[in-house]
Amino acid sequence: MPVIVLRAPLKDLAGGNTELDLPGRTVGEVLRALEREWPRTVGWVLDERGRVRRHVIVFIDGERAREDAKVGAGDRLHVLPSISGGCT
Amino acid sequence: MTQRELLVGTKKGLFVLRGEGEGEEPYRIAERAFEGDVVEYAMRDPRSGRYFASVTSGFYGPRLLHTLDPAGEWEHASTLAMPPDTGAALERVWVVQAGEADDQLWAGVDPAALFESRDGGLTWELNRALWDDPTRARWQPGNGGLCLHSISTWPGDPLRLSLGISAVGYWVTEDGGGSWRRSNAGIVARYLPVELRETSIDQCIHNLHRAPLRPERLFMQFHGGVYRTDDNGDTWVSIADGLPADFGFPIVGDPADPDSAYVIPLVADRDRVTVDGRLRVFETRDAGVTWTARTEGLPQHDAYLTILRQALDTDGEGAGLGLWFGATSGEVFGSVNAGATWFTVAEHLAPVTSVRVASPSPVG
Repeated sequence: MPVIVLRAPLKDLAGGNTELDLPGRTVGEVLRALEREWPRTVGWVLDERGRVRRHVIVFIDGERAREDAKVGAGDRLHVLPSISGGCT
Repeated sequence: MTQRELLVGTKKGLFVLRGEGEGEEPYRIAERAFEGDVVEYAMRDPRSGRYFASVTSGFYGPRLLHTLDPAGEWEHASTLAMPPDTGAALERVWVVQAGEADDQLWAGVDPAALFESRDGGLTWELNRALWDDPTRARWQPGNGGLCLHSISTWPGDPLRLSLGISAVGYWVTEDGGGSWRRSNAGIVARYLPVELRETSIDQCIHNLHRAPLRPERLFMQFHGGVYRTDDNGDTWVSIADGLPADFGFPIVGDPADPDSAYVIPLVADRDRVTVDGRLRVFETRDAGVTWTARTEGLPQHDAYLTILRQALDTDGEGAGLGLWFGATSGEVFGSVNAGATWFTVAEHLAPVTSVRVASPSPVG
């Protein structure tokens, strides 16, 4: 299974876990699996349309990926806030 | 003396202020929550004691949270979300309003949608009649988005409700939200070409106040204009004469006086600051025929403040009417005598987005 890597505040919403093995063939499926397992994360990374929020970045093994990107066993998904400089 | 609790939403979290009277002692910051995130709006339902906060993370999106203890854990009202079949996503929760039926609350959101709760705000359902309005494809957002920001209940009648949507105007239901009609006759949108003013649906309403003792009467702050209706919106008349400017955001009134309203004029849409560097709250007690500046205790020199639409609230009534407002420059001001005198409740906060009185209201 892919591995999702979380930081605060997402880590705190997922029971303090920094890494979770979650099923899914795409980034979106893995993130939906995160929401099912840890319901407090609902709406934080994916919006209601299933899209990764504009100021959240998902990296798979160092490459930026959108919700429809394919993932495989052992892939590591890092979920990070974007570096949105200039905003107050 | 009355202990007050004010909920102050800011660009950097929620501040719960507590204090007494006319500020002889500074109001203190009793709690702070959602540090670093924008708290667009916060209120307390006086029936249940439950607090609600609209929080928008710059990264992780908008959500409505609730709690019975603002110092404790907040729960996400996760059903306040756009259903998948709408193809839309929640952008911001603008307002939460207690309804007239038991345990009923309403929430207005961007993208111009209305949600209803029948269980005190724990679960929510989209109002489909408004969402499915056949003109929706032509709705245009205002500067703040396509926002349903004003919800005005009809005292004692849960079937009647009015809405303000930017920039789609004033809306009315008389069947509890089963059907809606737009009602903006008499409003002149100066930002539109002359030939479009009669027919365009692009009405940028800013805020509403219904007179509870005469509920067919409402006051409206418009995007350039202040109006009154005496027939629940069938016709609107301008009442802006006597004000230094007709732009502004919030409008409130004394619940004991249906002829009363309060506004805080700003220069214009191109320059959204107080007029002439003076912070003045204008009061009418004759339904908008005349206006009086209420300034004692407010800065009258070099004061260029912006007061946003949810950042003015009242409590009590009559001579003891409380008025409370915050500015994007971080100050909060209060009056406990219907604006006759003012005091500084707090300063040096983050930009204030909303102010609501949470404590039980004293009666003047």
